[in-house]
Amino acid sequence: MSFECGVFHTRYESDMGLRPRPLQRIRLAVFAAFVLVFPFLAGPYWLDLANQVAIATVGAIGLNILVGYTGQISLGQGAFMAIGAYTAGLLTLNLGLPWGVSIAVACVVTSLAGTFFGLPSLRLKGLYLAIATLAAQEIVEWGMTHWTAVTGGTEAIVLPAPSLFGVRLNTSFSFYWFGVLMAAGTALFAANLFRTRMGRAFVAVRDQDIAASVIGVNLFRTKLLAFATSSFFVGLAGAMIAYYRTIITWERFTLETSIVYLAMIIVGGLGSIRGSFFGAVLITLLPAMITNTGRALQDTAPVVANLLPYAQQAVFGVVIILFLIFEPKGLSKLWGNVKDYFHVWPFAYRRG
Amino acid sequence: MPVLELRDLTLRFGGVTALAEFTMEVRTGELLALIGPNGAGKTSVLNCISGLYRAQEGTITLTGRDGRRHSLHRLPPHRIAALGVARTFQNIELFKHMTVLENLMLGRHVHMRGGVLSGGLYVGRQRRREIEHRRCVEEVIDFMNLEPLRSAEVGNLAYGNQRLVEMARALALDPAILLLDEPTAGMNAEEKESMARFILDVHEERGVTVVVIDHDIDVIMDISDRVIVLDFGREIAEGRPEEVRSDAAVIDAYLGRARGDVA
Repeated sequence: MSFECGVFHTRYESDMGLRPRPLQRIRLAVFAAFVLVFPFLAGPYWLDLANQVAIATVGAIGLNILVGYTGQISLGQGAFMAIGAYTAGLLTLNLGLPWGVSIAVACVVTSLAGTFFGLPSLRLKGLYLAIATLAAQEIVEWGMTHWTAVTGGTEAIVLPAPSLFGVRLNTSFSFYWFGVLMAAGTALFAANLFRTRMGRAFVAVRDQDIAASVIGVNLFRTKLLAFATSSFFVGLAGAMIAYYRTIITWERFTLETSIVYLAMIIVGGLGSIRGSFFGAVLITLLPAMITNTGRALQDTAPVVANLLPYAQQAVFGVVIILFLIFEPKGLSKLWGNVKDYFHVWPFAYRRG
Repeated sequence: MPVLELRDLTLRFGGVTALAEFTMEVRTGELLALIGPNGAGKTSVLNCISGLYRAQEGTITLTGRDGRRHSLHRLPPHRIAALGVARTFQNIELFKHMTVLENLMLGRHVHMRGGVLSGGLYVGRQRRREIEHRRCVEEVIDFMNLEPLRSAEVGNLAYGNQRLVEMARALALDPAILLLDEPTAGMNAEEKESMARFILDVHEERGVTVVVIDHDIDVIMDISDRVIVLDFGREIAEGRPEEVRSDAAVIDAYLGRARGDVA
């Protein structure tokens, strides 16, 4: 039986599938089985980390749609997540909307806000656009902390716990299923998007915008659509945080958040959905790993253990720099290399 | 019947006049060559047609595939593409990180429908559209002999192959008129010959009206039905290749005037 090579498709439909080769399907099945079994084996600490990963995956895919796929650099990730979180929270608090409806509305509102702040992209590119989105970040941050009547200013907003059929949804176990569903849904949507017409137009705008316009891509529309689509998922990530923590504070959505998310997609792989996931895993687990290492070393090497908390930021920076230097295409490329190695394993070509 | 008409086109960049009341007609089904010394305004003509430059004066009229006449003046490039104008660039402009197949699928962009939502959900209708247009693209791949490169990333292809892919992408648009900007630039004699054959095939087998700019006079003389010679943004000669070749004004423009020969 052949898994990887010697697979020939006789219909366009099967050739155009998301996972056309048997080995890819096996890998997916193994991963899905792991995801399904994981919550029954893991304790609340690991479940909480998994939930953070799920939320970060949604946010990172959202950002990657804009930055990695469409090539429009955004420093406004934190702002858009804030809009998602605050909209969802305030709709429930003030209008009493059910959490599901609030989240859906929050996604749409964020999408519209993203489109608005995406308007400068029609004139600006690269670093200039980054500065324009930085303005969005600053405006929203200022709004969160100063528009006291609506957002409560620097005070936290406390939400009622979401529940579904009488089950509280914000325990780490029950939220896990919601998080996985949202992350998988986002990943599937994005994967489909980039094998169809509009997704190709996004990538065309990134690679060569003049050629894109000459082949019939409406640059104006496409860029704004990229902002809208991206912000939709970023808003979803924000709303998920709001309902998971049931507390909304402005500190979660600062410029630092924007940069952490950019780090995620750079480390994971720009323009890659699995890369967004890898990046979300690594950047979420990195601080936890450092803390755990510190605890483990507490007895044997207290000096190192005491220093590690301070090293957290530094390690974070070093990881990003190392990736930029050694593997600018990120974890996604590393994973690709591993797969390529096994592509013809054990009968690999050897160069004499 | 002309498929494309340029009337009194004047294009200025500040004090420089790139095109001066330039008038040109492209007849349906012909292979028209546009030649001239460096800076004569050849590429400017193509850029005006495809909407990348806006001429200050003059009109551009296209007879579209629907048989109706459309003014291209002031239309944005993507609308012009939708009317059936496809082109290639002097410096190859491909989507480097996409595969050959994806590049060609972009050539179908104007013929397809489907936005973010239908694409992301990949429901029945969108799936059928993708497959249907994949079929058109495969036809072009077949025509241009690109089968072995189908799933290669375009940025990794050899230069000559990139030129072919760019032309294939333009063909996938199923154009009413195809504009080729120096398709043989930077090629060796063998590659030039192969490209010339492809241009002839496109013109004859697919019946596409072609406007080609090139510096290689031999290629131009061999393949074109008609030649227009430009210099300083004006037409200085027009006619069949052999007529133009012996035209005094053309020889002057290319070689300069002999001393004492000044009129």
